[in-house]
Amino acid sequence: MANMAQAIRLALHYGEQNLQVKDIFGEDVGMPLGGVFTATQGLDTTWNTPLDERGIIGMAMGIGLTGERCVAEIQFCDYIFNTIDLLKIAGNTLWVSHGNYNMPIVVMTPVGAGIRGSVYHSHSFDAWATRLPGWKVVMPSTPLDAYGLLISAIKDPNPVLFLKPKALLRVRGEELLPGEPTSEKTLKKMIDAPIGDRSKWKAQWPEMEELDISIGQGKITREGDQATVVTYGRHVAMCNKVADDLASEGKRVEVIDLRSLYPYDWQMVKASIQKTGKVLFVNEDTEVTNFGEHLAYRTTSELFYELYAKPRVLAGLNLPGIGLHANLEENSVPQVKNIRKEIDELLAEVP
Amino acid sequence: MSRTSTATSSRGKKKRPVNVATKKKKTTKKTAIHRSQQSPKLGLSNELLLKMHSLMVKSRVLEERLIKIYKTGDAYFWIGGPGEEAFGVALGLLAKKGRGPEYDYLHLHYRCTPTLVAMGMPMIDSIRLIMNKSTDRCTGGRNFSNHYCFPEWNVVPVSSPIEVQYTTAIGTAHVQRRTKSNGITIVTGGDAGSAEGDFASCLVWASRPANPLPMLITVQNNAWGISTSYEGQHGETTIADRGAAFNMRTRVINGNDPIESYKALEEEIYYIRRNQKPVVLEARLSRLFGHSSADGANRKQDQDCCIEIFEDQLLSAGLLKPADIQRVWSEYEAEGRAALEQVRGESAPQADSLWDHYYADGENGDWRKF
Ligand SMILES: Cc1ncc(C[n+]2csc(CCOP(=O)(O)OP(=O)(O)O)c2C)c(N)n1
Ligand SMILES: [Mg+2]
Repeated sequence: MANMAQAIRLALHYGEQNLQVKDIFGEDVGMPLGGVFTATQGLDTTWNTPLDERGIIGMAMGIGLTGERCVAEIQFCDYIFNTIDLLKIAGNTLWVSHGNYNMPIVVMTPVGAGIRGSVYHSHSFDAWATRLPGWKVVMPSTPLDAYGLLISAIKDPNPVLFLKPKALLRVRGEELLPGEPTSEKTLKKMIDAPIGDRSKWKAQWPEMEELDISIGQGKITREGDQATVVTYGRHVAMCNKVADDLASEGKRVEVIDLRSLYPYDWQMVKASIQKTGKVLFVNEDTEVTNFGEHLAYRTTSELFYELYAKPRVLAGLNLPGIGLHANLEENSVPQVKNIRKEIDELLAEVP
Repeated sequence: MSRTSTATSSRGKKKRPVNVATKKKKTTKKTAIHRSQQSPKLGLSNELLLKMHSLMVKSRVLEERLIKIYKTGDAYFWIGGPGEEAFGVALGLLAKKGRGPEYDYLHLHYRCTPTLVAMGMPMIDSIRLIMNKSTDRCTGGRNFSNHYCFPEWNVVPVSSPIEVQYTTAIGTAHVQRRTKSNGITIVTGGDAGSAEGDFASCLVWASRPANPLPMLITVQNNAWGISTSYEGQHGETTIADRGAAFNMRTRVINGNDPIESYKALEEEIYYIRRNQKPVVLEARLSRLFGHSSADGANRKQDQDCCIEIFEDQLLSAGLLKPADIQRVWSEYEAEGRAALEQVRGESAPQADSLWDHYYADGENGDWRKF
């Protein structure tokens, strides 16, 4: 099965072939490297930009103003912060021009901890991203979702921020992408650039098909009726693991992979909470003014009388950074054991 | 703010260096005027000179009308471009007007009423914008005066953060370069704003050796950034010099002179269309009514007025008589007044429109409805 980096590459290739993508660009996005996580290797329309994040976002916005489709990358979300005012403008262009100009751009950027990235390769951007009105924000947790969501992002007439959980980029999926060869080896041979001289190498693309994963649709990854866990990105797998462990003890926890942070699938979240009466929101961005807090607030204001326990948010500590040593990183952002502890407490709560 | 008050303002007290001296020579030739003739002294056709004069006056009358609208309490804020007409009108006349990459893209700042008037914007559009009416076709009552947006002319939304237009402009120029049409990207902004990183970004991206961009990068240097004067903040000899470091063609002009502005812009735009390469052009010009309504929006007597200077030239060349000038001003006055009367009666945007155009195609963006 494809890993997430390969799935992103295949979606971008699909975009070049079928969705009029004419520019995929960012720092080291073109050959010979094809992106620091190899997510853009071998594509037709990639190019390397100057080391200038504001220029990258401005370039994308200018292309978007002409109506053409492009995908821009910020190498690590840790370096997106000096573009925030441009991101705000990209988000408000349609609104402030009263419908005169769409901004159909995709910006993708790796986020989160989990690879021992220390202070400046571990930032999260989801809480910030949800404070950029006008954008759509998605974060896949599997290669299949990455493939489908990226195709949807490219087709979308609005600006879409595609957050790549960097710890998952090398993780293989459990489902084949539509059109993906069944053998991992074959796929690798076809689309992974060789080590060494790549000047003559060309990718051989499989005939990929479209996959429709609508932005705004969550996914129930574990069913249960005793508690709900709502998460996204790399914490989906951790929450699934906790749910599986608990299932073996006879406890039934429902896990929702939100997939889209804005717009988000409130109907799915709401139905689940109405069923379980208990909810935990998990993500790794810092805990103060966290997106999970918005969801917890909404839960309290709309579902208060249906709850059996207070809504909980488990997020990264409100620290200035993620320290490099494993002891520091693992105690800064939620781990399986922290999720387990929260769910245990949640399950134990009696109204 | 009427023509009379402008005419009686003190003249010629130059308080700052303008690269090229304004022409002071008078001629008393009084032969009959043929509009298509080339004016030998002024170097442009009579028709064009008169057209430029008319558009400059129109833009000034409109800006003065906007200031009056602010001062009578009919608008919250005014910011605009009086004093920058000579350059702005020339630019608007030379832009290739239309929609899509084959035409010029304009990434403007908030001093570009003259450019839009020259492109054909009716006064009423600007008045609806400053009065934030629902009929405001640029922003639907959402944004400040002079924050124009005209997609049919590739005029992308003007936004308030200084200098960001220099960074987005590279994107439209990139598409034009690929399209291989002769459409170019024009970007304007102020002198103080050139200190922002976006100006540097623009220079870097426009001049990548294998990918030069067809861009006219202009700076409307009025020597002020709100209350901060140019002299104290700029170590470079001219702002345009910064382009030279990127091997770009650069030019500094007297932006108070419509003839020089027109000729220079015509040459540079021709060069860009032909060679698909960028140019940095700095125009030195006046800020005639201060920064905005925040500092009073009153006529500054120490600034040269490009229209007065031009009218002197046209009078001397015998192209206009005082009565002609008077007529041009009053006709536009009447148009501005009538437009204001009409706009006064138009509706305001309502709360139920707040979420309109959040997302394209009417898609909901209000989380309460997810
Ligand atoms: C990024 C940013 N910083 C500050 C401001 C506030 N501001 C508005 S206009 C202005 C001065 C701009 O001067 P200049 O670039 O010379 O343009 P001018 O107004 O003189 O035409 C400032 C500081 C702003 N709008 N955007
Ligand atoms: Mg200035």
